[in-house]
Amino acid sequence: MNAVTHAADTAAVAWKDAVFAALKAADVRQIHYVPDAGHARAISLAHEDPAIRAVVLTTEEEGVAGCAGAWLGGERAALLMQSSGVGNCINMLSLMENCRFPLLALITMRGEWAEFNPWQVPMSRATEPVLTAMGVRCFRVDRPEDVGDVVTAAADMAFGAEQAVAVLLGQRLIGRKVWK
Amino acid sequence: MIDQVLARRPAVRALLADRPNELLVIAGLGTPAYDLFDAGDHGGNFYLWGAMGGAAMMGLGLALARPSNPVLVLTGDGEALMGLGALATVAAQKPANLTIAVLDNGHFGETGMQASHTSLGTDLPAVAAACGFAWTATVDGETALRALAPKLTAGAGPGLIRIVVGSEPLPKTLPARDGAYLKTRFRAHLGLQPA
Repeated sequence: MNAVTHAADTAAVAWKDAVFAALKAADVRQIHYVPDAGHARAISLAHEDPAIRAVVLTTEEEGVAGCAGAWLGGERAALLMQSSGVGNCINMLSLMENCRFPLLALITMRGEWAEFNPWQVPMSRATEPVLTAMGVRCFRVDRPEDVGDVVTAAADMAFGAEQAVAVLLGQRLIGRKVWK
Repeated sequence: MIDQVLARRPAVRALLADRPNELLVIAGLGTPAYDLFDAGDHGGNFYLWGAMGGAAMMGLGLALARPSNPVLVLTGDGEALMGLGALATVAAQKPANLTIAVLDNGHFGETGMQASHTSLGTDLPAVAAACGFAWTATVDGETALRALAPKLTAGAGPGLIRIVVGSEPLPKTLPARDGAYLKTRFRAHLGLQPA
């Protein structure tokens, strides 16, 4: 049987809408992203919002540099990706520490909860250690009712204190990927 | 008769000879940053000392944030090659105020002059055009560069200029390397307050 690729699930879900609402409330104007099923709702809402520029990337480190450029020009930006993309960002994160640029990264976790694909596992295990080693403060969320508050707190810290902050959205929160 | 190879310092000075104050410039790491500093320090200059491959994307983030300012990314062939995918990302956003100028000497100058991909077949303007850049140009002389300079502010981008330069050794004219200072200075130039 062949697996069928379906369109992303962009249906309204309370915690997914809380992510986008928190980005809006923080006055984020650029959303740089590498697509992920867990971010599909926020990406869809970003594209529909005339006050936000949604920037699709070819690789995640582009978004690190893009967010830095936005701040140079006085705009707030956020970076959406999945855990497998964190490794691509490592050296580019030196930009944030050296220049004290804010970074608000929202990272959906793969490879940690009911994962079917072993290729997701190594980078999943390395995600938080790598981010921490590069000076990015990580806040993990596993309960849907916490998502809005955590993203808001991360945005306040990123843009208020010019810090690099990542919110790790646990795979249990996102749900199992269906392999059929 | 073979024309004299364009030297990079005069090339950058020619491109920025009549620099409008609203032009913002991000320089890729290594010699392009030294070239930009040599051409004249400016509050609207941001010099990268690392983050190789990120210059074009910094330019995109800035250009999207400041649509009324022309933005120039001045970088080298090695830096541009490391961020080749960014040309697709830039083109998809169609930033009319962004130009990327690549000082192409065909070599990795900072690390011992190893031949780069532009010496081995890669045509950066063709890549940019294939990605969807609004215009591209290849120039190899100061007169042509002076003629091209008004395009930096014409708002018809994104554009990519390949500036064919020699690989002559040059003194390192070093801008400040304190990134937080450079960021705060740049933002102050735009009237933005420090955190």
